[in-house]
Amino acid sequence: MVKINLLKAGLVGLSLCVAGTAMAKPVKVGMITTLSGGGSGLGIDVRDGFMLAVKQAGNKDLEVVIEDDARKPGLAVQIADKMIQSEKVDILTGIIWSNLAMAVVPSAVAQGKIYISPNAGPSQLAGKGCHPNYFNASFQNDNLPEAMGAYATKTGVKSTFIMAPNYPAGKDVLNGFKRFYKGKLSSEVYTKLGQTDYAAEIAQIRASKAESVFVFLPGGMGIAFMKQYAQSGVDIPVMGPAFSFDQGILKAVGPVAVGVKNTSHWSKDLKFPANKAFVESFQAEYGRLPSLYAVQGFDTASLILSAMKTADVKDTDAFRAAIKKADFDSPRGKLKFGNNQHLIQTIYVREVVKEGDIYTNKLEGIALENHQDAYASQCKM
Amino acid sequence: MTSVLFIEQLLNGLQFGVMLFLMAAGLTLVFGVMGLINLAHGALYMVGAYACATVANYTGSFWLGLVASLVAAAVAGAVVEILVIRRLYKRDHLDQVLATFALILIFSEGTRWLFGSFPLFLNVPDILSGPIELPGGLLYPLYRFALIIIGCLVAIGLYLLIAKTRLGIRIRAGESDREMIAALGVDIRLLYTIVFALGAALAGFAGGLVGALQSVQVGMGEPVLILAFVVIVIGGIGSIKGALIGAILVGMVDTMGRFLLPSFFQLFMNNSDATSVGSALASMSIYILMALVLVVKPKGLFPAHG
Amino acid sequence: MDKFDREKALNVLIALSLLIIPFIAIEMDEPFYVTLATRVVVFAIAGVGLNLALGLGGLISFGHAAFFGIGGYAAGILASHALNYEPLMTSLFELNGTTEMLIIWGVAVVASGLAALIIGLFSLRTSGVYFIMITLAFGQMIYYFAISWPAYGGEDGLSIYVRNKFPGVNTLDPINFFLICFTLLMLSILLISVLKNSRFGAALQAARQNDERLSTVGIHPFKIRLTTFVVSAMITGLAGALYADLNRFVSPSMLSWHTSGEIMVFVILGGVGRLFGPVVGAALFILFESIFGGLTEHWMLFLGLVLLAVVLFARGGLIGVIAGKTRHG
Repeated sequence: MVKINLLKAGLVGLSLCVAGTAMAKPVKVGMITTLSGGGSGLGIDVRDGFMLAVKQAGNKDLEVVIEDDARKPGLAVQIADKMIQSEKVDILTGIIWSNLAMAVVPSAVAQGKIYISPNAGPSQLAGKGCHPNYFNASFQNDNLPEAMGAYATKTGVKSTFIMAPNYPAGKDVLNGFKRFYKGKLSSEVYTKLGQTDYAAEIAQIRASKAESVFVFLPGGMGIAFMKQYAQSGVDIPVMGPAFSFDQGILKAVGPVAVGVKNTSHWSKDLKFPANKAFVESFQAEYGRLPSLYAVQGFDTASLILSAMKTADVKDTDAFRAAIKKADFDSPRGKLKFGNNQHLIQTIYVREVVKEGDIYTNKLEGIALENHQDAYASQCKM
Repeated sequence: MTSVLFIEQLLNGLQFGVMLFLMAAGLTLVFGVMGLINLAHGALYMVGAYACATVANYTGSFWLGLVASLVAAAVAGAVVEILVIRRLYKRDHLDQVLATFALILIFSEGTRWLFGSFPLFLNVPDILSGPIELPGGLLYPLYRFALIIIGCLVAIGLYLLIAKTRLGIRIRAGESDREMIAALGVDIRLLYTIVFALGAALAGFAGGLVGALQSVQVGMGEPVLILAFVVIVIGGIGSIKGALIGAILVGMVDTMGRFLLPSFFQLFMNNSDATSVGSALASMSIYILMALVLVVKPKGLFPAHG
Repeated sequence: MDKFDREKALNVLIALSLLIIPFIAIEMDEPFYVTLATRVVVFAIAGVGLNLALGLGGLISFGHAAFFGIGGYAAGILASHALNYEPLMTSLFELNGTTEMLIIWGVAVVASGLAALIIGLFSLRTSGVYFIMITLAFGQMIYYFAISWPAYGGEDGLSIYVRNKFPGVNTLDPINFFLICFTLLMLSILLISVLKNSRFGAALQAARQNDERLSTVGIHPFKIRLTTFVVSAMITGLAGALYADLNRFVSPSMLSWHTSGEIMVFVILGGVGRLFGPVVGAALFILFESIFGGLTEHWMLFLGLVLLAVVLFARGGLIGVIAGKTRHG
């Protein structure tokens, strides 16, 4: 026992020494993300973006453990317990889905761990349930549909047919859209989660004679809808949040999505120097174009790395303050956190285009500048 | 609500139904002849879709892709039958459920290992692209129209195969009396492999056809598998006729439920709640249908064995 | 040694090692393994429930996730009302939520039992493949209902921020919660063992083999099966309530048909109809998930291969391999 204590004392002394020159305290990050099963493309992009930043920084004091949650809430909780109790990580991150985040985040932050969300921002965690240990480096779920609503209003769209799957995120998205859309709603339709055939809904869209269609159908649902929509001969323009029209999915849906307007907090052609560098290095490293999920992963890692420069992770208050400063250049420009530790960020409008052989998004304009989410006022922080 | 919209929805229900029939026919055939309950049928549907997408992207021809979907699924079916399924015919349903559940895991993860996690691209061939105008000014997607016709042709072909050919006679004999056909000198192992591969090919064909309208991704076979089970349970397990009628019934109830229930609730609720409640009920409608059918006829509408 | 004695000895060994693991884990300062062991215990209870219907009754239910989920939601709903100080209902008389485990368990058991009574009344009219499929269909019905039911979180699920209370025990200490779950597991196994050797058990096994013979001696096979199905669901429902407390969270994924499949896998891996089969099966499954899950993204492929091998070549499950065949195996 004595020996161990001596050794520990020695280590503490050593690290104090190092700390005098540069703040080099080891930080252990646990990443729980979806790497297998449905939707694993998103988790892989977050992981790859995150690891790109880690590699570029070359910071030996940052250790990352990654585990696959297979998109199962129960498994995510189990991994979180393991990472906290057994691996003794300082920071958790990685979760893609709101429902998994709701399973893991409240108890992780209550146990004193910092959690940085690289995707998904359920309203509960942005409003009443906000927490000093919870940061969101991606978006609040309502952000992108709100921006789409604002854009539709701005461009004078008079009537819109809106549609989403029948689950909480779907309802949040449609409510977000309605919050900023001042035109007429020609119809509001909820579909079954995981639905693959949209013939019945497309027939209703055709009959509605609306001026535009707003859809939120993440993953395979969006691909199925767009393919079937293109076949139907209905020519009402489609718009939606970026999730159904982002880089990973465009390979499968590209030709039928050309011309779709979508809102996003990032675009490949944003004019920031950090963005150009990010897109190039991501492509060089992985041989594909980055998605917005990759950017979110990249920024999450950058937040941690920037905070490590000035603070010790064991001093939670100081480390949180350092994260909140976000002292680095993101591909999205300079990041700024609001009172609820969600980003106040500009949401852009993009259009799906074909560049050479590749389907991608082109920046179209700004939908909402420096936008803060609707729940920030409910957060007592 | 116009009559044009109503007719379009009826066509949609029919189209959904005939595609379900392609899936359900294989399932019910395999159960009828071999007494096997095969959860991995959805995996073969996925194999068909992946084969179609891969070959179509490589050669640029959707039609070659469709041929590939038939071949790949039939081969996969035959291989699985010889390696695994063959050992399950004499087992109880529990073993069959579990072994084929294991096959789903193997197929899904194996496919993801080979093709990655992102969905593949597969689009409708140019010649069938876009809408056509039907009498009454109804615009309907040509591809869906073609699917209805193909589905009906397959149903007729399957009827002729079973009613008129030697293979069909053996299949019918196998359904009614297994010991008998072995006594007649039919190679029963070969017959079983052929029937299983035939069912697999139908599923793969459906996967290729529907893949052009949906997302070709890992796990795409599971929702349709459950629907196909609902179909054959309603129709009576083992009965091809039951599968056809069950498929169209399920296609109609599902499509019409999604279309009509929300408007029905709008009669006495506010818009947003009505669509939410209506669509929740619509997503349960076919299971409610199945429960009702089984209460009245515990062995389905057209019981195959007595 | 006689084969049945060998199984008994094995059972004692399994129970003791499961009981000892968390204490070793605490000693080695690896508290996570306590959680993992608790997970095994909770899944084992769910499996014990299904094993009654499946192993003894021959009722292949592919919808036990429904009862697992209903138990979980009973816990989640009661606790969330208590934690938010919102009464459950106010119309006739005021009814409040609770964080007392004993009450929660009671509600979970009764709720899943009632659900099983209704589902059973419909499903047990059928048999064979029809029964498998109709239980699956009822499970799916409840799954879609839970996803689109906004009051309790829908697909997002429902968080329980604090673990529920048990009189005289600090449930926040992982080892105490483990011991509570372990005791319940042993009690449920004891219940099955008593049932199996009772007149009821004899009638159930007779009903499995021959309906008519049983009817002629004046026993109604339908009632026997229905009782079995309901008791089986109650045990699985209790496991659901414990699972909610373990994860501090419930969601519709507890109700999905994959969960039904997994509970079935626990029973099979260990050995159908064996008293301790689900315990061994759940332990194997969790071990597999946590060892291979850390090594490869494709662990489910290997799980599939192992499962296939067990079904094809080791029909009695692991206990069958070690302890040999039983009479009705």
